[in-house]
Amino acid sequence: MTEPNNGNGPEVPAEGGLAAELAHMTEAELIEHEAEVAEVVAPDREIAVEVGETLLDIDNLTMRFGGLTALDSVSFGIRRGEILGLIGPNGAGKTTCFNAMTGVYRPTSGQVLLEGKPLGKLAKHNITRRGIARTFQNIRLFGEMTALENVVVGTDARHKTSVMGALVRSPRHFREEKEAIERAMALLDFVGIVDRAADKAKNLPYGYQRRLEIARALATEPKLLCLDEPAAGFNPIEKEDLMGLIRKIRDDGYTVLLIEHDMKLVMGVTDRIVVLEFGKKIADGAPSEIRENPSVIAAYLGVPDDDIA
Amino acid sequence: MDDPAGPRPDPHVENELSIHHSSALYLAQDDSVINFDVAGLVDQFWANTVDGLSQGSIYALVALGYTLVYGVLKLINFAHSEVFIYGAYATWFTFYGLGFRPGPTPELAVFELIGFLLLALLAAVLVSGATAVVLERVAYRPLRNRGAPRLVFLITAIGASFVLQQLIFIWRGGNPEQAIRLLRPEPVFEVFGVAITNITIIIVLASILLFFIADTFVNRTRFGRGIRAVAQDPDTATLMGVNKERVIMLTFLIGGLLAGAAALFYMMKIPQGASYQGGFLLGLKAFTAAVLGGIGNLRGALLGGLLLGLMENYGQSLFGGEWRDVVAFVLLIVILMFRPTGILGESLGKARV
Repeated sequence: MTEPNNGNGPEVPAEGGLAAELAHMTEAELIEHEAEVAEVVAPDREIAVEVGETLLDIDNLTMRFGGLTALDSVSFGIRRGEILGLIGPNGAGKTTCFNAMTGVYRPTSGQVLLEGKPLGKLAKHNITRRGIARTFQNIRLFGEMTALENVVVGTDARHKTSVMGALVRSPRHFREEKEAIERAMALLDFVGIVDRAADKAKNLPYGYQRRLEIARALATEPKLLCLDEPAAGFNPIEKEDLMGLIRKIRDDGYTVLLIEHDMKLVMGVTDRIVVLEFGKKIADGAPSEIRENPSVIAAYLGVPDDDIA
Repeated sequence: MDDPAGPRPDPHVENELSIHHSSALYLAQDDSVINFDVAGLVDQFWANTVDGLSQGSIYALVALGYTLVYGVLKLINFAHSEVFIYGAYATWFTFYGLGFRPGPTPELAVFELIGFLLLALLAAVLVSGATAVVLERVAYRPLRNRGAPRLVFLITAIGASFVLQQLIFIWRGGNPEQAIRLLRPEPVFEVFGVAITNITIIIVLASILLFFIADTFVNRTRFGRGIRAVAQDPDTATLMGVNKERVIMLTFLIGGLLAGAAALFYMMKIPQGASYQGGFLLGLKAFTAAVLGGIGNLRGALLGGLLLGLMENYGQSLFGGEWRDVVAFVLLIVILMFRPTGILGESLGKARV
């Protein structure tokens, strides 16, 4: 997927222009700030990194569209606190798998269990409330809302003010609104785009939009965060930053499922990788094992370069 | 019909109708069908402005319902005019139930009057709100669950509008309910030589207050954010934990509540207005107002409503009373020629609430 790039990511120092330079400056400051945040988080790291029991279990998942079998009896688990990479050549069924997990598609057979409970026929918004959040391969922000509002929509999934409460502006309404804004600002800070909180999402640079999607997904307080090609359209420096962010997210106690084409990124950041080809799982293991796995090598060498889908 | 007999007051006391008579007089004198009564326009300018604002406030409240539903479902809910008229009937029956009958306006203490009007407001708001929610449930939700194309929704809306109209016709017959007045229009103060009546003040102030409540609700609460998120991208909103069905229900409910309030104001202004077809033209005008301001945009609905009310009244003075509706719809066409997205310029495709 090549994305329409509506502006240079501020991570890239653009040629000339005071604005670009300023953007760069702020970013530099933010990176420094992020380092401070990371330090604060660091003490938890040992515990957080330790991979725990199974969080999400994909059990014999099959997905057919007419005559096409997009997923064929795929099974794998995601353990609490790990970063799991889901890779495969184009059309291998990665995004289909994502969509079946988040309730966009109903699996033809098999099931998805979150913390041992099947997601079954839950409505999509309830799956989010149960604790799975995602970003999108092709960015899908609420363009007319500000960056801050986009994230606050995510936090609303956890709020309880009633319609009446909101109408009469009850104390709870004010408390929740205040909390939502504080949390959203913290998340924008966390992903490093707090300087543009008041801008409409559609006016943000491309790299910011990708990060905003991550912040919005985190706002729903997910147990599992699914990132669908978060590095699409990024340059190497931006990818480097993104790897840092993904680690930071995990260190904060989230579990991450990552679909990505960029091998360097996947190998660099994940704890474990599941490889799909033609809707089937062909490998499952640590990055070092996957790199050596003959069937994975065959799958990847057998198709043309798919860096740009 | 169980209307008790009683002396029926002349319903035509509002000044708009006297203008109507004077223009009829002009018509009789001249051979020309249209008269350009510029002097009349100037004479009546402030009177028309005041009347236009109160009429426009009612349009604006009803227009909010069209614009909200359009924003979320991309559906022109043509049955919204009936949601409004059900509120008018609720008002009439509340007055009737409180023991008031068609006839001379009773003398009431201020607190009594306020209490009765609030009671009527409550009834109108509840009936209109419930009508809107039931309409959504019965007419539109089944279509949504089956993934019907958008055109089917539109035809259903028109059909639902007829059904709701005919239900009243079967029950109450074709004649409008006789006017019951609780409040006589009385001048409170004068601006530019025009007497501002108590009714005008109530209508304009209450409408603006309701508009701001609705605007705050949509812009500053979690439900409003849900509404705006669904309006922009329903699928993504759902995946972010927004309950789409609830948002849709809420949207219809808010639209219905506002239409109910508008119905009370309408009945205060035009007490003989509860007729089974009475919602049709007003609904069409309110829809026009929504499009005029930029459909999908709350502030556009307010602006469009007020503008339409004003222009109608000016046009009526200038061309004659029978041109009132023509002016309203020609105004729509002219504005859409220059600003196809309405005055506040929200494009139909990207409409947001």
